[in-house]
Amino acid sequence: MAEVSILCRREEHASALRALGLRVSGRHDFTATVRAATALSELPEAELAIVATKTTELDAAASHLAGHWPRTTVMTVQNGLGTEDVVRCHGDWKLVSAVTFMSGTRHADTHVEYILDAETWLGPYAGSPYALVEEIAALLVESGLEARAFEDLRPAQWSKLIFNSTVNSVAALTGLPHDPHFAEEDRIEHLGHLVRDLVEEGKRVAEAAGIGLHEDPWEMNVLATKRGSRHYPSMLEDVQARRPTEVDQITGALVREAERVGVEVPLQTAMYRLVKAREASWAETRDERGP
Amino acid sequence: MRICVVGCGAVGALFAANLALLDDVDVWAYDVWREHVDAINDDGLTLTGAGEIVGRMRATADPAELPPCDFGIVATKSMQTGAAVAEVAHAFREGSVCSVQNGVGNEEAIAEQVERVMRGTTFPAGKVVAPGRVQWDVKGDTTIGPFEPRPAPMAEIERLADACTRAGMPTKAVTDARGPQWRKLIFNAATNPIGALTGLTHGRVCEDPSLRALVTALVDEGKAVASAQAISLDEDPEGLIDYAARPDVAYDHKASMLQDVEARRQTEIDFLNGGVARFGRDHGIPTPLNDAVTALIKAMERSWA
Repeated sequence: MAEVSILCRREEHASALRALGLRVSGRHDFTATVRAATALSELPEAELAIVATKTTELDAAASHLAGHWPRTTVMTVQNGLGTEDVVRCHGDWKLVSAVTFMSGTRHADTHVEYILDAETWLGPYAGSPYALVEEIAALLVESGLEARAFEDLRPAQWSKLIFNSTVNSVAALTGLPHDPHFAEEDRIEHLGHLVRDLVEEGKRVAEAAGIGLHEDPWEMNVLATKRGSRHYPSMLEDVQARRPTEVDQITGALVREAERVGVEVPLQTAMYRLVKAREASWAETRDERGP
Repeated sequence: MRICVVGCGAVGALFAANLALLDDVDVWAYDVWREHVDAINDDGLTLTGAGEIVGRMRATADPAELPPCDFGIVATKSMQTGAAVAEVAHAFREGSVCSVQNGVGNEEAIAEQVERVMRGTTFPAGKVVAPGRVQWDVKGDTTIGPFEPRPAPMAEIERLADACTRAGMPTKAVTDARGPQWRKLIFNAATNPIGALTGLTHGRVCEDPSLRALVTALVDEGKAVASAQAISLDEDPEGLIDYAARPDVAYDHKASMLQDVEARRQTEIDFLNGGVARFGRDHGIPTPLNDAVTALIKAMERSWA
């Protein structure tokens, strides 16, 4: 039994959660009673803090924790690389890295639909004990989620990084959800060739960085497209809603790592520039609508 | 002489209306859009903008109505070339047919249906604003020459160029028309899909250094494929790209492929980047970035299905 609090950005969100609880539908179906507040001081000190903002809001969220809760373990679950270091800048909590393949759709402040009941992978970061990671993984499994502890998360994290860097940017630029087109290679112009070439670039970076991948990102791609449901990657949802995407922390992170280890990644670089440019095109629209 | 313009969209209309002003030219317009055909037959084809003209001609949506013609000028969208020319090929049994379309691959499709073919590249542009009415945005030159595998005779190429030039559409007859075609192809293939994928105007694409570098990388692949075919570009496409980015030229221009994407119309990607990639494969030149943008645009088209 875990006691859960939610730190919200909006008071209206917090009060709705306090009043109605948090409803989960889809893969699971229940309503959880939670504490919720917009100020950390109104919540009891937690043993585990899961930071689940988008990467674009991570720094601001971590700054709220600064100077508080010295005995807490902070776990990051964002896409991309370097999120642990963003948190580290705000305090010296014990850190746990995680990546998650779960997905859902937020229907309201108090209702989320649990769509993809996939695994969350956890590992120690900057010397935190593996036993702690195992304890958190066990807690997640006990709660009904899928989780796995790794002594070194980087091989898994990089598998997912290459997968997301490729699939999310292709989805964002084409408007296609992650569906069987991404694995189709029968004809020369089929999308699977590009996806494979992007993955190969990522694998060369991982190799040069000395990371042995946990899973082949191409196989992850093929497997995910066989699930039968068309998954809308968050970067595609962001583009459709004209929100800033996480491309800097995902494809951008891979491109920066490639530069650091001296590997050429012309296709990943092109995808990164194109998504950044797509974001810039909305700014133009806003200017045109301005005074 | 009798000239039939096949596909009377903006570019086709510029040729048809101007040529109709000449006393020695009988112009026919073939188009599948019936309201457009009716309007042209009733009131002529009206151009406004860079030139104010009303061209009187016969228009038809029925290929059987077409009489034998000395020349055909094909101006359909590239993906319609094969189907459109198959309908009207009977009119050109004794004549020569010239493509003035975008991209590469159109002449090959025309040559499957007719004996004498010309390779053409044209820069004038405009848009159809209503049935029978076309806005003429930009004047520009046209270059025509033989399509090497099934060439039209040089004398016929010169005769068509002369008629177009006298009509106010300056046209040069050359023995090798591949240089201008590949310069325009490389320009379009390097800029159109970037506009379509990002939503940015031509000027915005060019002022972002990292995006401009991607444009150059696409240009370089196109140049390598042209060079492998011993095509010498008449000018560097980079110059054209930078010129077009000037605020007084086409800074605010949305590439036609971006306009297609915004309207969710099928694009000409197969004849632009797909064409660069196809000729690259035939000549052993890798074109990874052209392959990538082709795959992205085709996937985008599929996302509308």
